Amino acid sequence: MISQDILIVGGGLAGLAAALSCDSHLKVAVISKVHPLRSHSVAAQGGINAALGNNPDGKDDSWERHAFDTIKGSDYLADQDVAEVMCQKAVSTIYELEYLGVPFSRFPGGLIAQRPFGGAGFPRTCYAADRTGLVILHTLFEQSIRKQVKFYNEWLVTKLVVKDGKCLGVVVYDLATGQIMPVRTRAAIFATGGYGRVYSKTTNAYINHGSGTGIAYKAGVPLRDMEFVQFHPTSLFGKNILITEGARGEGGYLVNNKGKRFMADYAPSTMELAPRDIVARAIQTEIDKGNGFDDQYIHLDLRHIAEEKIKKRLPGIREICINFAGIDPVEAPIPIQPAQHYSMGGIDIDPKCASQVEGFFAAGECACVGVHGANRLGGNSLLDTVVFGKISGEEASVYIKGSEGTNSDEKILLEEALEVKTRVEEWEKRDSGEKIHRLLERLKVVMSEKVGIFRKKEDLTEGMEKISELKEDYKRVYLSGNCLRYSQELVNLLEFDSMLDLAEVITLGALRREETRGSHYRLDFKERNDKDWLKHTLASCKEGKPQISYSGVNISKYEPEARKY
Amino acid sequence: MEFLFRIFRYDSLKDEHPYFQDFFYETKEKKSVLEALMEIRNEQDSTLAFRYSCREAICGSCAMVLNGNFDLACRTELQALESSLIVIEPLPNLEIQKDLVVDMEPFWEALSQIKPYLFPDKKIQEKGHRIEEREMEKIFQYINCIMCGCCYSVCPVVSRDERYLGAAALAKLYRFVKDPRDKRRFSDLSGVNTEGGAWGCDTVFRCNEVCPKDVRPADGIEALRRKLVVEKIKRIFGFRR
Repeated sequence: MISQDILIVGGGLAGLAAALSCDSHLKVAVISKVHPLRSHSVAAQGGINAALGNNPDGKDDSWERHAFDTIKGSDYLADQDVAEVMCQKAVSTIYELEYLGVPFSRFPGGLIAQRPFGGAGFPRTCYAADRTGLVILHTLFEQSIRKQVKFYNEWLVTKLVVKDGKCLGVVVYDLATGQIMPVRTRAAIFATGGYGRVYSKTTNAYINHGSGTGIAYKAGVPLRDMEFVQFHPTSLFGKNILITEGARGEGGYLVNNKGKRFMADYAPSTMELAPRDIVARAIQTEIDKGNGFDDQYIHLDLRHIAEEKIKKRLPGIREICINFAGIDPVEAPIPIQPAQHYSMGGIDIDPKCASQVEGFFAAGECACVGVHGANRLGGNSLLDTVVFGKISGEEASVYIKGSEGTNSDEKILLEEALEVKTRVEEWEKRDSGEKIHRLLERLKVVMSEKVGIFRKKEDLTEGMEKISELKEDYKRVYLSGNCLRYSQELVNLLEFDSMLDLAEVITLGALRREETRGSHYRLDFKERNDKDWLKHTLASCKEGKPQISYSGVNISKYEPEARKY
Repeated sequence: MEFLFRIFRYDSLKDEHPYFQDFFYETKEKKSVLEALMEIRNEQDSTLAFRYSCREAICGSCAMVLNGNFDLACRTELQALESSLIVIEPLPNLEIQKDLVVDMEPFWEALSQIKPYLFPDKKIQEKGHRIEEREMEKIFQYINCIMCGCCYSVCPVVSRDERYLGAAALAKLYRFVKDPRDKRRFSDLSGVNTEGGAWGCDTVFRCNEVCPKDVRPADGIEALRRKLVVEKIKRIFGFRR
């Protein structure tokens, strides 16, 4: 049986940052369901925040201002002590990345360039044109070659094995061989990314099923603040490919079918650069009022920006528009609509990235360390992955040094792997039933229609019912193909269990939270209610059902106030 | 619109020979090859294997050969192929695992051989390296590479010489050589001053033609050769030790 000291699941930015920060004397490996460079981090565009103060308009910036903007942006649901840790570490993190080779764009004089982003008091988003995720991911992957990190690629983790509150290992499906087998580890770090594909309109990659978060939940680890789902204001109409906030940071306008920059009605002082929740709702409101085009999208207009600037700062956006919409943003406005983009919630972890389960850590989008609260600011997710990815690797190493290795887990792990194998055999034996891709489609529609940008009790209740129906139908699924090698059907079958759990937790959290805060907008409770709801939602899996409880928010410096932009 | 998909099928553990299988596909909307493949898999044969992730031409997963063209399935529209017959084959020059899934290991191995990471100055500068944008711009062409493997697969040298590292790895090396922050020495390049390295290229530029991200990796290989020659001359004439 493969046996590790630290097993990192996920090869995106958080996973690679974790791998690079683990104690090099320990036996460390990364398991990823795709090659690390295929991880969704690669698609991040606009940048990464740090109060470097390099922009002439940002001389007075400080990490404290960054922390304040993050907390205000979160609608005061962020844990302020953790947000401060992230923003304080941001500055050294950027210089470390630069030293490792990340080719950040520069200002005249050679300092790292910084652009304005939504919800930020100063221009503090560092970038490499509009391919910031690509260059950071490639750099960290290249560093992992230098450090000879061990990778198991195209392995899907299907189960987290926990016994007596302690992490023992995982069960994996090896796509290349079709085998299902256990992997033992003394500590595990999940860095498995988001669940965007639970929604039909999402900027996320096809691989973002969120099963990492789901299997942690199934293993008894609570999830936090899952009802907070970020909808990005600007995804390309049709394919829902992300069009970076940087396009607005560089001066892009949002325009409705009357030719009006409608953000003046919603956030007069920040206009297009209000936080994402506010801009996404504004766009959807305009579309719903009939001010959109074909009742489906509005325009992101870059035509007033110099062609040279678009080509230099936004070459990837231009390429996407040409490739996938057949338009050149130099000459025509970009049709955009909001789409699911990011999960503020996730595996409940403390500031050391540790969960309630001994030896089980998490980082990045799959986790909720508490920095984004009810709404994440653009440019803070890459920062979160690198800062907390690193912390998770360091803390898991510290944990290993203080823990004893055991050899008695093999039997439990083999039994758990057998359980997965038996499930797969059941699916193989059936020659009829529900096809998994149909259930997937149904789930996406339910989530988009009932648990979207605007929410209300009736919709959410209906959503819960439909998810229950899907759970019943999932019991009748079958594997129509007879080959387990590279079987996407099997991947979907295994992951759908998690997707249903996540959908249920998101919807239930949203139903219970009778207020509006950040990304969670209730048409029937339109105000923020700090008296009753300034608290985190925790969902634990008890006998297959979510149990909801609440915990306090760390308010160390900034008393909640009305959020105006 | 109706299409006939003729897809390469092979299971390296089961099949003695590869074969082509035909699938009819009908759509009213514009679809990418990737979307069509996913629908065919969902509706017609769930064992059809192919890689994908981002669907926006940035992750490099879905490179394949479409009616003879090397490209990403996600960014290729069916209509753009201008044919109702669409023949899909896996990337050549790599062992086939299953259907359109190839073993990329030699490609990654070549990448690791060129030491694809910055050799930075030992002294850390406060506020990072000071580099003018125009200097950084010289490497932007190469950092667009998404490691899809099209250039490696189309290369005639890779197909006949297993020592040859291929265009992606060599262009990546040049990305670092050209990086003003990199302190790599001439001796660090000895591994590519060989027939398996920079001198292996036939300069037929198939890599430049097929690159879906316009990286033009052969530019990097040629520049690398110039660098190797210039450095060698400098040493012969004693400009540098």
